[in-house]
Amino acid sequence: MGPKKIVFGEDGEDATMHDVPPSNQAAVTDDAAAVAQEDREEDMLDPQAEHEEEEEEEEQRVKLLPGSSATAASFEFEKEGHTLGNALRYIIMKNPDVEFCAYAIPHPSEDKMNIRIQTYEGTTAIEALEKGLKDLQDLCDVVADKFWTARDSFAGTATA
Amino acid sequence: MPRHEQTMAFFVKPSAAELERRKIVGINKETVTDVTSTDFPGHYPGEDNSWDLEAFSQGFNVKFHNNSQFDASFSLIGLDASIANAFRRILIAEIPTLAIENVFIENNTSVIQDEVLSHRLGLIPFKGDKEGLLHFLKWFKKPPPGADPYANCFDFNTVQLELSVECTKKEGVDPNKEDDPAKLYNHANVYAKDIVFTPMGQQEEYFTPPRQPIAPVNPDILIAKMRPGQEIRLSMHMHKGVGSDHSKFSPVATASYRLLPTIEIIKPILGADAENFQQCFPKGVIGIERVTAEEAAREGSGYEGHKGEKKAVVVDTMRDTVSRECLRHKEFEGKVRLGRRRDHFIFSIESTGQWDSDELFLEAVKTLKVKCNKLEKQVVNMVR
Repeated sequence: MGPKKIVFGEDGEDATMHDVPPSNQAAVTDDAAAVAQEDREEDMLDPQAEHEEEEEEEEQRVKLLPGSSATAASFEFEKEGHTLGNALRYIIMKNPDVEFCAYAIPHPSEDKMNIRIQTYEGTTAIEALEKGLKDLQDLCDVVADKFWTARDSFAGTATA
Repeated sequence: MPRHEQTMAFFVKPSAAELERRKIVGINKETVTDVTSTDFPGHYPGEDNSWDLEAFSQGFNVKFHNNSQFDASFSLIGLDASIANAFRRILIAEIPTLAIENVFIENNTSVIQDEVLSHRLGLIPFKGDKEGLLHFLKWFKKPPPGADPYANCFDFNTVQLELSVECTKKEGVDPNKEDDPAKLYNHANVYAKDIVFTPMGQQEEYFTPPRQPIAPVNPDILIAKMRPGQEIRLSMHMHKGVGSDHSKFSPVATASYRLLPTIEIIKPILGADAENFQQCFPKGVIGIERVTAEEAAREGSGYEGHKGEKKAVVVDTMRDTVSRECLRHKEFEGKVRLGRRRDHFIFSIESTGQWDSDELFLEAVKTLKVKCNKLEKQVVNMVR
């Protein structure tokens, strides 16, 4: 199912619903859903033993939307919302190679989040997205570390 | 060539005063100013502003104000709102807890309807051994429609509870002298503590004393009221879930943040005005001091000739609620500037009891990290 070419106003007619590009999202199979469910179980593991076991293949939740080029792309994230959308947008915008980044939730009743990235020459939108996700993980490490240190020293002052 | 390499040599550093100014969200009588963050590359010509883990690590700070099981309050300083908000949202909707999911009613002759009773039961927060809750208990996978709904119920994903109470008259209590139903009858009030937990299979290992059994956090939650002859007999299944599915699974009663208020007194506020000014704020925000001889002698300070008079000083902005009351009065016009610090988040987390409040925040950070880690793999997979 490839993206359909849309010609608006062809033969002097308005675009109809048939002209709408098909969803690039594959239908979720029961198997994929089951795998996702099992994968969520992994979340419950010990924070220290983060993903010790070999992770099972998860359903593909990230899609490249049609009409994307190397330096300008839109990505569709399934089952993500403002939580990740805005945080990721911020960290990608902090990348100097990125010309533009924005996220949207196209419709509130669809559990999807789109993110648009346009970069300058020399890098790609996909690279920028990967860097964003990496940077966000680094940030989480710093926050977790400092938070727990502060907590422990506060506990020390409280009992002293 | 990437853009930043071309300009690398020309980065300018803004002054400390300028950086300080950018941190403030202005609050006027009817409007707000400088609401959005501007610390992005390309926003200020010649400045870097690109993501730098080292710089973030240097600038980021956590300060605890209060830390108890049910209420933690702390400041996160040096963070963007988008990140702080992600943590807040994860706290509310994405951290799993155990809650009553199915109620099987055998008999309910109380005045509270089955569905209302079930809903009330679902909302009761439970506690239990941490190890058991976090590591032993796993997600329950709902069987497809048509299949046996209990096919997937195992000791590691389902906790069974029972509630079996019957209201009867108490012996030896004179109804003519006593009119308190709680004293007249047995089980006139049905409380959360009446719920009985029976460990199944391996649950015995994790949820029997000395380890913490599954029990309501607050034993005195009122579930229903009954009168003699009425009965509630039911069993329940608990599963793990997240707040985005149903708020009964949310591990927090509230999880919120506010920005640290700032109050800047630009021109001296003296005498009776100082006291009125103090009254515009909650207790402890504004203090009253005397103008010192040195201040009165300094020219251009605004204190000339006011030695010994009362003056308003800012003591603790943390206590301020930013009511903007002081902006309504003519006498303070042009003398005070209100604002909030854009990167100073005062978090408040109130746990429902299954987790500890401070532990919850750490879990939220971990959740965001795991989420990013998984999606990073997905992006790599997408390209393949």
